[in-house]
Amino acid sequence: MKYETVIGLEVHTQMKTRTKIFCACSTEFGRTANENTCPICLGMPGVLPVLNKRALELAVRACLATHCTINPLSRFDRKNYFYPDLPKGYQISQFSLPIGEYGHIDLPANGNSRRIGLRRIHMEEDAGKLIHGENLGQPDKSYVDFNRTGIPLIEIVSEPDLRSPEEARDYLNRLKSILQYAGVSDCDMEKGSLRCDANISLRPVGQKEFGIRTELKNLNSFKFVQKAIEIEVQRQTRILDQGDRVVQETRLYDADRNETFSMRSKEEAHDYRYFPEPDLVPVVVEATWLEEIRRSIPELPDQKRERFVRDYQIPEYDAEVLTSSRALADYYEQSVSLGAGAKTASNWIMGELLRELNNDERDIESCPVAPAALAEMVQLVENGTLSGKMAKTVFEEMYRTGKPAKQIVADQGLIQISDRTAIEKMIDEIIAANPGQTEEYRAGKVKLMAFFVGQTMKASKGKANPQIVNEVLKEKLG
Amino acid sequence: MSGFDIDNVALLARLRLEGAERERLGKDLETIIRYIDQLDQLDTARVEPTSHVIPIQNVLREDEETRPFASSDYLNMAPSEKRNHYEVPKII
Ligand SMILES: [Zn+2]
Repeated sequence: MKYETVIGLEVHTQMKTRTKIFCACSTEFGRTANENTCPICLGMPGVLPVLNKRALELAVRACLATHCTINPLSRFDRKNYFYPDLPKGYQISQFSLPIGEYGHIDLPANGNSRRIGLRRIHMEEDAGKLIHGENLGQPDKSYVDFNRTGIPLIEIVSEPDLRSPEEARDYLNRLKSILQYAGVSDCDMEKGSLRCDANISLRPVGQKEFGIRTELKNLNSFKFVQKAIEIEVQRQTRILDQGDRVVQETRLYDADRNETFSMRSKEEAHDYRYFPEPDLVPVVVEATWLEEIRRSIPELPDQKRERFVRDYQIPEYDAEVLTSSRALADYYEQSVSLGAGAKTASNWIMGELLRELNNDERDIESCPVAPAALAEMVQLVENGTLSGKMAKTVFEEMYRTGKPAKQIVADQGLIQISDRTAIEKMIDEIIAANPGQTEEYRAGKVKLMAFFVGQTMKASKGKANPQIVNEVLKEKLG
Repeated sequence: MSGFDIDNVALLARLRLEGAERERLGKDLETIIRYIDQLDQLDTARVEPTSHVIPIQNVLREDEETRPFASSDYLNMAPSEKRNHYEVPKII
């Protein structure tokens, strides 16, 4: 049978604050275990949590950037469960009155975009980190680091609107880029500042009701999210094809074996017994402050993409790629403002530059070629000093050594020969040296043009201006 | 609260209740719940849900770091610690 895949994502992301959500401990990554702790985040008796204003502001920003409605009154609840990484025995979260609801994210796809609904965004505190004793030679113990306890998070819950693993990945990329643009989060998966759970179910194509879903937990890299969902979809397809029922459960993805497995035991029907957190007072985002926050949000990816198409006259696709991250968009705009042609710069960035960066698994922030250097090179192409082919060599060298284009051109004598007389002289010699081919060409074997172009490029060591070479060859052979 | 189950409550609270103790606490809790259940007889249709007992809102702190004690102060209070970590029984 043909099934439709139905996916909803729950994304936890760390907000960019200096201190924790309810106490004045640092959020700095990489400190000694338990250095960032205090009586509040350790859950000592009698302490009082107080909400970090910056965390609230960033949560509101996230809501505004994703078109959520801000709830006029929002509050915190206790989510009760026992686990050693949770010193209080409950997590402070938002249950019945989250900060924002009913948002959406548009996924651009071949010109027509898909709108993915957001059910809610709520604030909560992160839990600590458990290290299993095996790693420390104590297999009968576990070790707890509370540095992450109380790190401010928002959880962004999508509607079950995603229809394929690729779409889930696109959604994540989009969400990440929006949160980065809006300054809410770094979304650095390596540092644990973005985590994702996925709810997955299948239903026969055309059926309205949802099928039974499983929850895939702790997908901790963008690559894994798509792969894990793919593998879970395959597993559910096999079960349904055999006429069996999918069991509603929580599963984990094993990247090494590329399979999902049931978490079993611990997941005995959750009963978190939420109730209003009496230690924290309700939150009301006043209209004036809301306006202030709204004004402070910079241009977001959708707006930037539209502006790029309008102002730089580049295709929609180019604009989409270039605005995929704020850093890349800034890089592009700087190159253009420093003199690179808008479309040429776009071609180089989307082609050579991103290819090199992908190969090195580097991001644009650590690109060895600065926007000014790229602009200089693009100008050399545009004024005819370098042919496209030569420019590729120059670019590789720039990327490898960090040297400016002009220096590489000078060092390697790479100036394009655009002197028509010089090219004519070369071609005369080639024609004289190849009477057989010349005769065949003139007799109608036009494919031999490539041979003559090749000979000329060889004679000029690749430096002859290809356009002039073509013109002169047609003239002389014609 | 319907279908009150003392064993489930004990499980969620990580308490082991046995014999007479289980019996006694079960009865006590049931009485407490029946008492609280009287609230259901009130018509609350026009009452705003209470978010907090004190009518205040927006108590916020600035995003500034302070460090009242050294982390070793807390670690030293733990029953067991090792290499700056709190040591606990093995978690599966
Ligand atoms: Zn703290």
